[in-house]
Amino acid sequence: MTDTLTSPANSTEPVARTYRSHARPAWQRLLLTREVAIIALLVIVCVVAASTVRGFGTPITLRYLLLDVAPILLIALPMTLVIVTGQIDLSVASMVGLSSVLVGTLHAGGLPIPAAGLVALVVGVLGGALNGFLVTVVGLPSLAVTIGTLALYRGIAVGLLGTTAITDFPDFWTDLAQSRIAGGNVPTITIPFLVLAVVFVVLLHFTPFGRGIVAIGLGSEAATFSGIHVNRTKFILFMLTGVVSAFAGIYYTLRFGSARGDNATGLELQVIAAVLLGGVSIFGGRGALHGVIAGVLLIGVLGSALRLANVTSDVINIITGVLLVLSVVSSSFLAWLHRVRARPGRRGGVGTAAG
Amino acid sequence: MTVATPTRPGSRGQGAVGRGIRAVTRARETGILLALVLVVVVATARNPSFLFSPDGFRDLLLTPSILVLAAVGQALVIITRNVDLSVGSVLGLSAYLAGRLFIDLEGIPPILVAVACVLFGAVLGLINGALIAIAKVPALVITLGTLYAYRGINVAWAGSSRINASDLPREFLALGTGQVLGIPILAILALVVLVAAAWYLRNTRSGREFYAIGSDPAAAELYGLRVTRRVIIAFVASGALAGLAGLLYAARYGTISSSAGTGFELQAVGAAVIGGVAIFGGSGTVWGAAIGAVLLLTINRALPVIGVADFWQRAVVGALIIGAIVLDRVLSLRQSRRLAAERDAQTTDAGTAESSSATATRTTSTGERTDD
Repeated sequence: MTDTLTSPANSTEPVARTYRSHARPAWQRLLLTREVAIIALLVIVCVVAASTVRGFGTPITLRYLLLDVAPILLIALPMTLVIVTGQIDLSVASMVGLSSVLVGTLHAGGLPIPAAGLVALVVGVLGGALNGFLVTVVGLPSLAVTIGTLALYRGIAVGLLGTTAITDFPDFWTDLAQSRIAGGNVPTITIPFLVLAVVFVVLLHFTPFGRGIVAIGLGSEAATFSGIHVNRTKFILFMLTGVVSAFAGIYYTLRFGSARGDNATGLELQVIAAVLLGGVSIFGGRGALHGVIAGVLLIGVLGSALRLANVTSDVINIITGVLLVLSVVSSSFLAWLHRVRARPGRRGGVGTAAG
Repeated sequence: MTVATPTRPGSRGQGAVGRGIRAVTRARETGILLALVLVVVVATARNPSFLFSPDGFRDLLLTPSILVLAAVGQALVIITRNVDLSVGSVLGLSAYLAGRLFIDLEGIPPILVAVACVLFGAVLGLINGALIAIAKVPALVITLGTLYAYRGINVAWAGSSRINASDLPREFLALGTGQVLGIPILAILALVVLVAAAWYLRNTRSGREFYAIGSDPAAAELYGLRVTRRVIIAFVASGALAGLAGLLYAARYGTISSSAGTGFELQAVGAAVIGGVAIFGGSGTVWGAAIGAVLLLTINRALPVIGVADFWQRAVVGALIIGAIVLDRVLSLRQSRRLAAERDAQTTDAGTAESSSATATRTTSTGERTDD
């Protein structure tokens, strides 16, 4: 008995257990997930598009696809963590706009781009901290708070710049935003994205902090009692969302060479749609970053392929919406089916009505 | 269960009038109404024509009317602990439908178009409500999906074409600007809807069930309330009101493009939140939401008068939303602290009697057990 306790992994003798360690075999647990379904859908769409849409398989399409979805990809990373805790941040697109305006006005005021960008990042941290403060310290629902800061940050952005646009940026920086790695076809923005992606994957899936995030989403009170700093975790996550949004704003400004108050309006809904499509539960406690990245790319690829096939952009909206609805309804339906099938010992017709 | 206007359980010996005054001063809506009055007074002091010119007075009532309708629908939905983000898209689709009907069926009476728009909005709301209530999926996700889907249908239908005022019959456009006894028709319509919704929520059994469902959906289900049906009704009402708002949008502005009503959903939610409708359901009134809507759009018009560039309007709105929810939080904390204090006072008053009765019950219960 003591032997099995001290070295349970190396013991060769069969452990006397009457139950299985998992309900389903390993291949099912690894392959039959929402994330794999989204990745499979992404692959199917890519293959179909490459074989039927002329010009989809070309490198330039890939390049512009990545350039276009980069802001959504970036913001989706911290947004996933926020949604896994059961919170939401609707103010991200406004922070993109505010950061864009700050870079523009500060640069026009004589600051070099790196300094202006640094200020924008600091403002991003502060904006996220305001969200975090209102949610954790004051104890307000994040949905209401971030609807407020959505209007506030966008309002400050529009207030600072009015309807004018600042388009005078140094070529070096605008070229950098559009440049490619080593003259290939992958845009440079993928490097910071990959770095951030690795950081966030490690943070969410391989650290105690990340386990804490999932635990908060599953049950905030239980998480508190198991020693997780619930409020501190949420606060940090809102700051991360703010600073990554500000970074996306800097990229957005340089990529299009234009700082405007209304830059990236409505981006928050695209980000959230992509995150939810990627298998993250809006109630928190469930979600993985590979699914989210596949979700963002799926929406991007669909849009790009349909544009090339001369389908007008409105159909993309319909598809995004329908996919989003289907993804939640289907998971709800599958869960219901699972419950019905797993219901033990229901032989007679006694009370078989569901729910 | 949270009640719309919190009444003090310990208040003793006051007449009906005193209680009425107390209810008015304690009501969450009073604060927001005072803010509205303040904005109007300050703007009028700066520029008397803000209120005292015929145009100024008309605009004061006319501008918020459409948002009031959407905010009432939104309040109904939020009270049941849901949210409807698709109202902007429903408004746009319904406005375009109105325009198309007038163009394609020449000479169609406006009343038929109105019925069509409201029904169409109700059907779109029914789709939302059925998905949410029957499939038991979060409203935020579903209505975010239909926000995209409805808008996409609108763009696919309209393309880049626009409906202009010249395409619409004159008597229909007159609805948008017309007045009865100096009060705009749109404002009268909005007020009728508002009074009807407020009466329904306050006085009918099914109306009160909205609050019960929003306070605690699981408890409402266990209690035997028809949660599914009520939630669907809330979404159908919200859709129908957004459809009506779309019709009035067409009448008021005359030009309808495929982007009509974009971003309207956040204004509607913002109006409800400013007006004291708790985002997690179970409390708030449509009056509050309506006053919130009026305040939002009146500030919009007052800022240039006061001398602030109207670019700052959205920042003010954001600060206002945050201020409103912080205020709600402070008030509810104070309320629960006072209730706890009163409860403690009662238990210490009745402490001795309670302990003796407790021993009495204990003896009877042991007595029963020995009898068995």
